[in-house]
Amino acid sequence: MEILPKLLSVNALIVAFLVVAVVTWISSVISVKILKGRVPGAAIAIIAGLILAFFGGKWTGGNKGISDVSGLAGFALLGSGMLRDFAVVATAMGSSLNEMKKTGWIGAISLLMGVFISFFPAVIIAFAFGYRDAVSLTTIGAGACTFIVGPVTGAAIGADSSVIAISIAAGVFKSVFVTIFTAPLAKFIGLNNPQAAMAYGGLMGTTSGVTAGLAATDPKLVPYGAMTSTFATGVGCLLCPSICFFMVKFIFGQ
Amino acid sequence: MVIYGVGLLAFCFLVGQFIGESLGRFLGIEANVGGVGFSMILLMICTDGLQKRGLLPVPTEQGILFWSTMYIPIIIAMSATQNVFAAFSQGFMALLVGILPTLLLFLCIPVIIKLLSK
Repeated sequence: MEILPKLLSVNALIVAFLVVAVVTWISSVISVKILKGRVPGAAIAIIAGLILAFFGGKWTGGNKGISDVSGLAGFALLGSGMLRDFAVVATAMGSSLNEMKKTGWIGAISLLMGVFISFFPAVIIAFAFGYRDAVSLTTIGAGACTFIVGPVTGAAIGADSSVIAISIAAGVFKSVFVTIFTAPLAKFIGLNNPQAAMAYGGLMGTTSGVTAGLAATDPKLVPYGAMTSTFATGVGCLLCPSICFFMVKFIFGQ
Repeated sequence: MVIYGVGLLAFCFLVGQFIGESLGRFLGIEANVGGVGFSMILLMICTDGLQKRGLLPVPTEQGILFWSTMYIPIIIAMSATQNVFAAFSQGFMALLVGILPTLLLFLCIPVIIKLLSK
């Protein structure tokens, strides 16, 4: 009976292909048969992925979701930043460079707005929860940008590791929230054209949330949102430990 | 050949990543600034140029299209490897910090679109 575990671990990536295919198939059946197409199959599959990730973390105590479960390690490679970015770049083929040029400046504005509108409300929430030192407030605020901006900022300004953990968690929640709620909110906010997708990508910033959210809304919009959101983490890492930190220090002292 | 398409995609990807990393280094931050974005622009320019010269046969194109259609399965796998459990164990404040500002951001989209249409 040792054949199976060995087989699964040696062929981890292939196992992940199979499991994702099965999850996708079940999700599309749920979408068509039970929900009558009201929720796209891709959205259900992505949410199923998040649920799997929750239980993977709960059972194993690891930090990489379902990929810490033995036999499912291939998820770490299939869902890696490398393959995600590779596939996202591929989606650019066939999208219009002219559309992107036309919205270039909106993209830039939305990137800046995205950082400040994430950062300052988050600082206020942290303040309301009793945090008073500028370093912690800034780190938690940065976590509201993306789950990379939080730890990068925290490390840069010397935050406590427990505060950094909170900032990462906040970033993950943001990513999950954007993933799940983009499709249902798309109608109400006019997210149905390339320009809106570029503004959305820059504002939200979280590349994982943006690309997953658009995939569930309209796959044609993915390259436009990805284009701007790919700059957001960089802009956040640039502004949070510098301008934002100085502003917080100026307002709260120390 | 399909591999030409995959190769072209890999080339654009790596050049874009290099630009993004260099830009990050130049700005003095430990992050890739727009690597994927630069890769995408490069791929659009390359495929557009090749297409106009008739140098992008269907198999080559399929090498790129395959990866573009693998995008959603990859995103599903990515979702399944997020540290969701740890996020939930950080408590209520992390949840609020993650969600409330994000709601504000959603509300800003119509505002920006209005700006755009002017």
